Amino acid sequence: MRSIFTALLAGLLFGSGLVISGMTNPENILAFLDVTGNWNPALALVMASAIVVTLPAFTWVRRRQHNLVGDPVTLSNRRPLDKDLIFGAIIFGVGWGLSGLCPAPSLIAGLGGNAHILVFVLTMTIGLWLSTRFKNS
Amino acid sequence: MSLQQFAPQVLGGALIGLGAAVLLLFNGQIAGISGIYGRLIRADFGARHWRLAFLIGLLIPATYLLLQHTTPIKTVSVGILALAGLLVGLGTGISNGCTSGHGVCGIANLSPRSLIATLLFMASAIVTVFVIRHVI
Repeated sequence: MRSIFTALLAGLLFGSGLVISGMTNPENILAFLDVTGNWNPALALVMASAIVVTLPAFTWVRRRQHNLVGDPVTLSNRRPLDKDLIFGAIIFGVGWGLSGLCPAPSLIAGLGGNAHILVFVLTMTIGLWLSTRFKNS
Repeated sequence: MSLQQFAPQVLGGALIGLGAAVLLLFNGQIAGISGIYGRLIRADFGARHWRLAFLIGLLIPATYLLLQHTTPIKTVSVGILALAGLLVGLGTGISNGCTSGHGVCGIANLSPRSLIATLLFMASAIVTVFVIRHVI
């Protein structure tokens, strides 16, 4: 029961952060990605600020191999690179650049009343479902 | 330019980081949205009710957007949105992560793999926007 509550709280914090930072507006994302146009670098601060807060939590859990409530957690950061990672990341970037949408913001903006973005959510869901067939390793 | 101007980005980013930290510190899970959503839609339930709870929490702030009555954004056509969604789903599924999983959690975990994934999807997104806005 506790894990359900903490997951709900984590999702609520995460989603609020996405809305407040402007990540749910694809126009902001496209302005950030348009480095040779009218570039808006502000969104880099969103990722930087998120990492600054998350870094100590990850360091703590990785070193102790358990979480705050004592459950064992194996966190590794030494997994090798593979073709799937490289290929998948490049494909994701093309879709992100075409639309200004990545998974979490699209779910929020779609449910937040933007019917166009629901089309994106639908095909993203199909893509996620299909992706298991494309994996080699 | 003032510090106040960037307050939404800094505060929003800190809340995103706090959400990821809470999920790790109490549930031992990574806040990677493509993974959480992807596994949920594969009906991979079992003891995975936390994924549904996380997504419900994530989507609650959407009500704010509904109440604001923001005009529907139509930056790109529906056809392009459909193609983009397919590529995002396939790409994040194949590389096991998106902006949250690789970009925030992976980098915070000091994972070279996630850093490379993040640099790659940023670079390919920048190239895509450049081609669409300045070449075609």
